[in-house]
Amino acid sequence: MRISRPIVSAILLLALAACGSDAEPAAQSSEIKVGLLHSLSGTMAISEVTVRDAELLAVEEINKAGGVLGKKLVPVVEDGASDWPTFAEKATKLIRQDKVATVFGGWTSASRKAMLPVFERYKALLWYPVQYEGLESSPYIFYTGATTNQQIIPGLDYLKEQGKKKLFLVGSDYVFPRTANKIIKAYAAANGMEILGEEYTPLGHTEYSTLVNKVTGAKPDAVFNTLNGDSNVAFFKQLKSAGATAESMPVLSVSIAEEEVTGIGVDNIAGQPVAWNYYQTTETPANDAFVKAYKAKYGAAKVTSDPMEAGYNAVYLWAEAVKKAGTTEVEAVKKAAPGIALERPEGLVTIDGENQHMYKTARIGIIQPDGLIKQVWDSGEPIKPDPYLKGYPWAASLAAG
Amino acid sequence: MIRRHLPFATVAVIALVAAPLLLEPFRLGLLAKYLCYAIVALGIGLAWGKGGMLTLGQGVFFGLGGYSMAMYLKLTEAGGAGGGLPDFMVWSGVESLPALWVPFGNPVFALGMAVLGPMAIALILGTLVFRQRVRGAYFAILTQALAAAMVILLVGQQGLTGGTNGMTNFFELFGQDLAEDSTQRGLYLVVASVLGLLYLATRQLVNSRYGRLLVAVRDGEDRVRFLGYDPALVKTVTFAISAGMAGLAGALFVPVVGIISPALLGVVPSLELVVAVAVGGRHALAGAVLGAVVMGYAKTAFSEQFADGWLYLQGALFILVMTLAPKGIAGISRSIAGRLRHARAT
Repeated sequence: MRISRPIVSAILLLALAACGSDAEPAAQSSEIKVGLLHSLSGTMAISEVTVRDAELLAVEEINKAGGVLGKKLVPVVEDGASDWPTFAEKATKLIRQDKVATVFGGWTSASRKAMLPVFERYKALLWYPVQYEGLESSPYIFYTGATTNQQIIPGLDYLKEQGKKKLFLVGSDYVFPRTANKIIKAYAAANGMEILGEEYTPLGHTEYSTLVNKVTGAKPDAVFNTLNGDSNVAFFKQLKSAGATAESMPVLSVSIAEEEVTGIGVDNIAGQPVAWNYYQTTETPANDAFVKAYKAKYGAAKVTSDPMEAGYNAVYLWAEAVKKAGTTEVEAVKKAAPGIALERPEGLVTIDGENQHMYKTARIGIIQPDGLIKQVWDSGEPIKPDPYLKGYPWAASLAAG
Repeated sequence: MIRRHLPFATVAVIALVAAPLLLEPFRLGLLAKYLCYAIVALGIGLAWGKGGMLTLGQGVFFGLGGYSMAMYLKLTEAGGAGGGLPDFMVWSGVESLPALWVPFGNPVFALGMAVLGPMAIALILGTLVFRQRVRGAYFAILTQALAAAMVILLVGQQGLTGGTNGMTNFFELFGQDLAEDSTQRGLYLVVASVLGLLYLATRQLVNSRYGRLLVAVRDGEDRVRFLGYDPALVKTVTFAISAGMAGLAGALFVPVVGIISPALLGVVPSLELVVAVAVGGRHALAGAVLGAVVMGYAKTAFSEQFADGWLYLQGALFILVMTLAPKGIAGISRSIAGRLRHARAT
């Protein structure tokens, strides 16, 4: 077997092409490059594209208002392809090749965990816009979504207030539901609640009749649902056909927002409670403007949701920190960020200096027949982020890691 | 003799000298990743191109190698076997190190398992399957099912394997800081050398009596059997060799890329590698290697240029190559070379 010369030259060309693409001209001094890294293909695309769109909207608005430090923001969009190693690769590319000032990106915990070592290695900034399981605070990540004490614990408080004593836990089999359920179990033990069962199904699972039988058979007061993605469609459909209603057995979800309601089908889920920090219906002046601008740019039928709002906020919070620092240099921005407070669509958002999470208001909403979510309860004021749940004595054993 | 080795030597010089000098560390890291895939592709080229065994589950062996290496890296980071727990076990609520993990604190064991584990599984599977004369599409489906099952197993055992997240956040390998560019350059050289050596060895193997027997089994299994040989044995051994290559590639991949997850070894990545081999040309070992590098590079280049629609381009490239040149890139270049030789002769 011999390699013919054309193959050799092909490899040579390839190597040269690879070098060639490295020789891109450096960003002009009138521009600041920012990276947007979400899944634009694969299973997560349906959710993550909307966050990317909200971030692009924020970039556009900031540019219209004169940019940052007199410079225009130039978004560099990359596709994480719903594949965790690709997130790591593209993050490296954005940092090393495009030399972006910061990256906004990720959705799944797996993608964040894959990107974390990259950002720590190259001392670059990531703004992560989705609620997650907590127990993390990387010095190079800002978390603009809720941590557990701003979503899951308020959700449990709400169920407790409603007199729900017996819970059943249902989740997809990965790190967020498992960690969330660990916290829920500790909360239940400390608050006299009973956990009747805990069931996991693989991501993408769609056969729920056995599980629904188990749940309805156990007769819980409420179900805490951490299923993610398509599974919710099958779960709620089969739950409905088993005769369970939101009145007899509410299912509190923490991964279903306006965008997902349409996919699940309003008929199957109307009346069920969800826990987030923002709804399209949240009444703030900033939200009116956000919803209007989003619909104007992407279509009147589009909805806004919590992760989109958190992504939209991230761009503004970063821009504010850069203005305060007077530079896009990472360490200076990190130093300037703590204490920055902005009126955002969800209300006042403040960056916590200690763990780089946000102070956020928790909200419980009920899914309406029109597909939007109506708020029925809120925490009254923004809650201090506590990713390791240090402020909760019953969670002491969880925070050990 | 010199002429015979000239092409290989040229490529070797480019890969070992020119590339580390010319490429930025980030690009060199990507090239190292493509070369890891090329090692798997070489194995597929041997099993499928030469042996006619269409294996759609090489990801399984790649993954076994990768997870073995990742377990070792996680354990050194957590303070050696018996010390602290890897980070994901803490999240998953595992309180003591599972017994399965303990021996992986030893690098020799981990590396050994990365290669011998896949080979052992392939030997067992091959013996069972080829003795029963399962072949063609049935064998392909079986290996694909194996890949699907492997993913379900890994995702389900979160405390043991890191679940869908897989394992990431590795800091050092044999005392070398993985974040350093010099370490990454060293790793690249190791990967490139391993690929080169395996290529030479495989070429030797294919040109040997055994290689001719393998091709004969591919082209007429029954005839070979009637001549008194044991086709099942020939195929099993070949399948095991290709599995060992995939395992080794996985073990190299983990420190290069810094992550291993079920997404890297399921049905889709296994198929992507077969597609790469088809694009490069499955009948030539060099074609398989080239295909993996070309498809890897195309994936990166397309997705960087067209973040929104790169998958279509990747698909189009495959369709284009397959319609214009069913024998892949190696087929094109061979026919050109053949025509040139013919022209010179007349």
